[in-house]
Amino acid sequence: MSFLEDYAYYFGAFGLIFIGLLIMLVKHNLIKVIIGLSILDTGVNLFLISVGYISNGTAPIFCRDDMDPSRMVDPVPQALVLTAIVIGVAVLAMALAIAVRLYQRYGTLDLRKIKELRW
Amino acid sequence: MRVFLSLLALAVIALGIAMTLTDIPFGKPKADIATHYVENGREDTGAVNIITSVVLGYRGFDTLGEVAVLFVAAMGLGAVLATGTRTPKANGWEPASLVLYTGCRFLFPLIVLFGAYIFIHGHLTPGGGFQGGAIIASAFLLTYLGCRGRRVHEAWSSAVESLGGLTFVVLGLAGLTAAGHYFLSAFLPAGTLGQLFSGGIIPLIYIAIGLKVGSELAGVIDRLVEESQ
Repeated sequence: MSFLEDYAYYFGAFGLIFIGLLIMLVKHNLIKVIIGLSILDTGVNLFLISVGYISNGTAPIFCRDDMDPSRMVDPVPQALVLTAIVIGVAVLAMALAIAVRLYQRYGTLDLRKIKELRW
Repeated sequence: MRVFLSLLALAVIALGIAMTLTDIPFGKPKADIATHYVENGREDTGAVNIITSVVLGYRGFDTLGEVAVLFVAAMGLGAVLATGTRTPKANGWEPASLVLYTGCRFLFPLIVLFGAYIFIHGHLTPGGGFQGGAIIASAFLLTYLGCRGRRVHEAWSSAVESLGGLTFVVLGLAGLTAAGHYFLSAFLPAGTLGQLFSGGIIPLIYIAIGLKVGSELAGVIDRLVEESQ
């Protein structure tokens, strides 16, 4: 059981990643594919944060002067995720804009009915 | 068939990830660079929040690139959604009720104030320019949902966005000519640790980023809402 406890964050993060990937591969509705992309994005961010976690660590912010630097979690993945979230929002907005255009062009969001996107 | 193939592909990926992850311990310190940042971040950059000192102090140039990515995405959204006709069409929606309308108008300045608080205190508390900008954009989203008809003044939005980006670059170039001789060097005095006026150029850059991200995301919301009408 300790294995599961130790790796709970990894299981959660990759659970989200696989759910997102499966939605993107299986669903035919473009909006659902974009939702899958967003879930995948969240999973990757959670994974990066959990890689930088240190057991019983605190946030790397010196609210008081006497805080112990050795008990703080890794700040680098948090800085990466901070920027990755913003990029994720930009990608999501871009994908939604293209979905709007596709709907205006073809009158449907079903990927099987859009000729150029069939696989 | 398609579901089966997808599950098979995911199983292969999962196997590869599991083989990799068993070598990565959970909850242990992994990188020496993290220890270095946590121990020296306060002295090097003057920011109490070590994440801010990484984002804007050690890795300021990457953050400039990231702001550029967000700008390009917002511009691409405008290019994809540009229809040529900018005249707002009359929509058939009925206006919001008085309670909703007044509530949105009451909440709007408070949410903007909260967003400004988040990005001004980015070097002291959790938060920063990107988070504060997102909160400010949420205030504009509330306006679009609750007070139909009121919208962002496009010229002001572009002006604030350009000013934010320009401030970031000018501060970086000023660092090039001033003491440090490299782009985005900390040329202002660091001040007393933990005070609001400390950290050199970090609060100034975060204010610029907050205004830029806020107006940019508000512009994205504006274009998507306009398209749906």
